[in-house]
Amino acid sequence: MDMFVKKRIKAIQKGDQNAYAEIVELYKDKVYRLCYRMLGNRHEAEDAAQEAFIRAYVNIDTYNPTMKFSSWLYRIATNLSIDKLRKKKPDVYLDEEVRGTEGLTVYSQLPAKEASPEDTVESLELQETVQQAIEKLPEKYRSVIVLKYIEDLSLQEISEILDLPIGTVKTRIHRGREALRKHLGHL
Amino acid sequence: MKCPDKIIEWMHDYLDGDIVPDHEKALREHLQHCPECSHHFNSLKKTVAFIQHASHLAPPSDFTKNVMAKLPKEKKRVRIGRWLKNHPFITAASLFVALTVGSLFTTWNQGQQFSVSTRENVVIQGHTVIVPKGKTVDGDIVVRNGTIKIEGKVNGNVTVIHGEKYLASAGQVTGEVEEINEVFDWVWYNIKSVVKDLFE
Repeated sequence: MDMFVKKRIKAIQKGDQNAYAEIVELYKDKVYRLCYRMLGNRHEAEDAAQEAFIRAYVNIDTYNPTMKFSSWLYRIATNLSIDKLRKKKPDVYLDEEVRGTEGLTVYSQLPAKEASPEDTVESLELQETVQQAIEKLPEKYRSVIVLKYIEDLSLQEISEILDLPIGTVKTRIHRGREALRKHLGHL
Repeated sequence: MKCPDKIIEWMHDYLDGDIVPDHEKALREHLQHCPECSHHFNSLKKTVAFIQHASHLAPPSDFTKNVMAKLPKEKKRVRIGRWLKNHPFITAASLFVALTVGSLFTTWNQGQQFSVSTRENVVIQGHTVIVPKGKTVDGDIVVRNGTIKIEGKVNGNVTVIHGEKYLASAGQVTGEVEEINEVFDWVWYNIKSVVKDLFE
């Protein structure tokens, strides 16, 4: 796996774009999901994820191979999402009104779960509540929480991605968890 | 009773997976007889479970295509390189053809300058070699990119490449007289000389 990525990166650094398509394929889910949880809507998440990949490609020569490539990519995506959050105007996308239905397709494609309609509605509502709780977090807590629980990364990796001391990462996770608990703990 | 802050801190350490065993033991003991902290701890665990089980959305299926379409154009050199790599046979064949044709043309076009193989008993005027009346050249004469006028005698072959020959009525050549002005003649001439060299 690591070898695969390293080889592709060498090829990309020589200018081979086809090798980059494989890298995008490999990481698109994770990067998209990170952006989605940071930004809270599909439209912006797609834009941010695309931009993250384009930036990574353009700056591939500055990538330092002592860092995991995924960490570097997450760093770009996180910074970009935070930038977008700061610039974000309270504009509403049409599809946001029916955000719940996005989950509907996801769920309806999972026959193994055999959820009753009530359960589905409930879990859809829950999904939305969870996302709203994440969106209420200040961005510095939001990024650590997303990296920790959505991307399932270690504290060490998070500290590398955000370029913060581990102690700070821990404190932010603790505070983020407490803040989330206020919205989700009573459910 | 107000519980110490460190209890909450231990809860988080526990959730981070880096609580020291002593603290873990103390935390467990405390939770057993403190319903308030126990509730706090459970709600934290529940919160984590909710976040972890958030369903994951996949990016649109044309995501990669869209990214690739927006990348700056790759260097031409790389694109050609990849094409060549994918077509090794064509590459080898065209390389062979290119080299063969190329070498022929370069030797044919090479040395647009005038040259003559002998200087003995000849007069050179500009790009014209003259074998004057009454003089005898012993051996072959090869003239490149020039004209030869033979008024005297040549004891050997006369070859003119990229040029013309004039044999005066009084002139005499004991060997063959040859004029080469086409690429194929040139190739033929080269082959002949190689073969000749082999047998001599």
